[in-house]
Amino acid sequence: MSVFRGIDYFELEREFTDEERIIRDTVREFVEKEFLPIVVDHYRKGTFPVEIIPRLGELGVFGACYSGYGLPGISNVAYGLIMQELERGDSGLRSFASVQGALVMYPILEYGTEEQKERWIPLLASGKAIGCFGLTEPDHGSDPGGMKTRAVRDGSEFVITGTKMWITNGSIADVAVVWAKCDGEVRGFLVEKGTPGFEARDIKSKLSMRASVTSELIFDEVRIPEENALPGAVGLKAALRCLTQARYGIAWGSVGAAMACFEEALSYAKERVQFGRPIASFQLTQAKLADMVTEITKAQLVCLHLGRLKDAGRLTHQQVSLAKRNNVRMALQIARTARGILGANGITDEYCVMRHMCNLETVDTYEGTYEIHTLVIGRDLTGFDALTS
Amino acid sequence: MKILVPVKQVPNPDEKVKIKKDGSGIELEGVKMVLNPFCEIAVEEALRMKEKHGGEVVVVTVAGKDAELQVRTALAMGADRAILVETNEELDPAAIASALAKVYEMESPDVVIMGKQAVDDDSNQVGQILAAKLSLPQATFASKVELSEDLKKATVTREVDGGLETIEVELPAIITADLRLNEPRYASLPGIMRAKKKEMKVIPISELGIDTAPKVKVLKLEPPKERAGGVIVGSVQELVEKLKNEAKVL
Repeated sequence: MSVFRGIDYFELEREFTDEERIIRDTVREFVEKEFLPIVVDHYRKGTFPVEIIPRLGELGVFGACYSGYGLPGISNVAYGLIMQELERGDSGLRSFASVQGALVMYPILEYGTEEQKERWIPLLASGKAIGCFGLTEPDHGSDPGGMKTRAVRDGSEFVITGTKMWITNGSIADVAVVWAKCDGEVRGFLVEKGTPGFEARDIKSKLSMRASVTSELIFDEVRIPEENALPGAVGLKAALRCLTQARYGIAWGSVGAAMACFEEALSYAKERVQFGRPIASFQLTQAKLADMVTEITKAQLVCLHLGRLKDAGRLTHQQVSLAKRNNVRMALQIARTARGILGANGITDEYCVMRHMCNLETVDTYEGTYEIHTLVIGRDLTGFDALTS
Repeated sequence: MKILVPVKQVPNPDEKVKIKKDGSGIELEGVKMVLNPFCEIAVEEALRMKEKHGGEVVVVTVAGKDAELQVRTALAMGADRAILVETNEELDPAAIASALAKVYEMESPDVVIMGKQAVDDDSNQVGQILAAKLSLPQATFASKVELSEDLKKATVTREVDGGLETIEVELPAIITADLRLNEPRYASLPGIMRAKKKEMKVIPISELGIDTAPKVKVLKLEPPKERAGGVIVGSVQELVEKLKNEAKVL
C-alpha cells in the first residue's frame, strides 16, 4: 500500500502551524497503525474497539481544544485535524471522540460545578471514563424541544423519567449527560451508570456506523442527587451549544472520510485495467476524480477558515451549520462516486468506500439533518423561521 | 543522570524515493521527512531510563534548520531539550561523529544512546566512530539495556548473527539501538504543546572548530533494475531448456 500523504491541492499545508502538523501526523500514524488494521473486523461484528479508548486518552485527543483540568488546549484547527484523521479511519471512531469531547466534556466544563469538573474531566480526558449525550428521543429527533423526558424535583433529588434514542456510547458510558424538562424548562443532568432505574440497550440492527455503540437509554424514575444537575445547563440553547461544538468536528471529520474514499478510488482507477488501459485514463473517470478533488479542496478551505474563526472566538452556529451541511453531503457524494469507480469490488469490505458510504448516511442526518441545517441558514438569511408558524 | 540522544531526520521510509536526475542524491523536494525509526527507538529508551532513574534527556542533531520539526517530535515524546548543530551541508559519518564528540564534551552525559543506523544511507557508522573518537566503550545493536543500580555500568543484549550476545560496559558508553529494543510511544498532545516551550539551542557547525571535509564521496546513485515480467513456459522441457541456456543456472 502506498503512503497516505494527505490531499492538498491548494498547499494548505503551509497554513498550519508546526504544532498542528505534528498533532495531525501523530493521530494519522496512530489511526493507520492501531485502528485501520482492526476496523473491518469490528465493523463486521458490529463492535467498537473499546481497548483503543485509553490509548486515545494517553494521546490526549479527548476534549483537546479545551483548557484547564490538565487539558492541552490545542488550537481548534489542530482539533479539527484530529477529527479529520479519526474519521479517515471510521466515522464511528470520530463519533466516539466527538461525543466524549464535545458532548460530554464540553457541557461539564461549560455548565458544570467545580466538583463535577474536577471529578469528571480528568477521567474523561484519559479515557478511564466514557461519556454519552442523551438529547434525542424516539419521537423527537429534529424537534428536541418537544422532548418527553421529565425531571421532577423531590427534596434534594431529581427524579428522571423518559427514553433517549440513538445514543452513541450509551451502553459503555460511565456517565450520561441527559436533557430533560423540569418545570417546563430543558435542563441538563449527569446520570451515572448503575443508578437504579437507568438502563441502556444497544441497537443491534444497524447497517451503518457498525463499528460504533448506539443505544437506547431508559430512565424509569431514576433518582439522582441535586448536585448531579449541571447548574448552567438551562434551556434548549445550552444543549444546542454542545451540538455546535460537535458539528464543528463533524465538518472536519467528513473531509477525512472523503479523503479516504478519494484516495482509494484514485489508486484503484490507476491500477484497474479495462478495454486494455487503466480506467483512470477514461474521460468519465477523470471527470469524477476532478470533481472529487475540487469538492474536497473546497471543504478543506471551509474547515480551515471555520477553525480560524473558532480560534478567534468569532464563530457563529450558522457558520457551523453551513460547514456541516456542505461537508457531510460532499463526503457522502464522494463515497458514492468512489464506490462506483471501484465497481463490484467497491461493495466488499476489502475496500473502505462502502463502509464510509454507509457511515456517512448516518452522519448526513445526525447532529442536525441536512434539511434542518438548510433551514438554519435559511432563517439566518431571511429572518423567517420555517419551523415555527 | 544525563542521557544524550543523537538523532537524524530521514525521508519517510514508507515512501518511494526518487533519485535526482544527475544521480548525485535523493530528490528531497516534496518528500516528507520523519525522525529516523531507530532514533525514535533510542529516544524511547532514553525516556524509559529517565523515568526509571531520573535525570535529563538531551537530543542533538547535526542538520539544517528544517530538521527542527523532527527534533520537536522527540521533545514532544518527552525529551527535555534539544541541540541543533546547524549545517547546510550533507556530512559523512565521520564528520557527524566529530560534531557529536564536541557536543559530548560540552554536555558530559552519563550515557549516549542513538539509533544503530539511519534508514536513508544505512551507514551504521556514527555510533562506532563516536565511541572511537571519545575512547568510550560501545554496545551496538542493543535489543535490551539494563543499567546497574549505581548507574556505573550497563548490561546490553546485542543482536548478533544467529543469536544474542550479552555484554557489560562501563558508563559513559555509546549504545546503539536495534529494532527490537522497544516500541516507541506516540507523542501525546500535551507533550506536543509542551515541546514548543522547550529549549532548542542552535549552534552553527563552524563554531565547533572541527574538520568536516568528507572522507567519503558519493559518486553516483542509481535505482535497482526494474523487474522484467515473467514468462509462462509450456512444458517441463522448455523450462529446463530456459534454465540451462537463458538463466544459465543449471
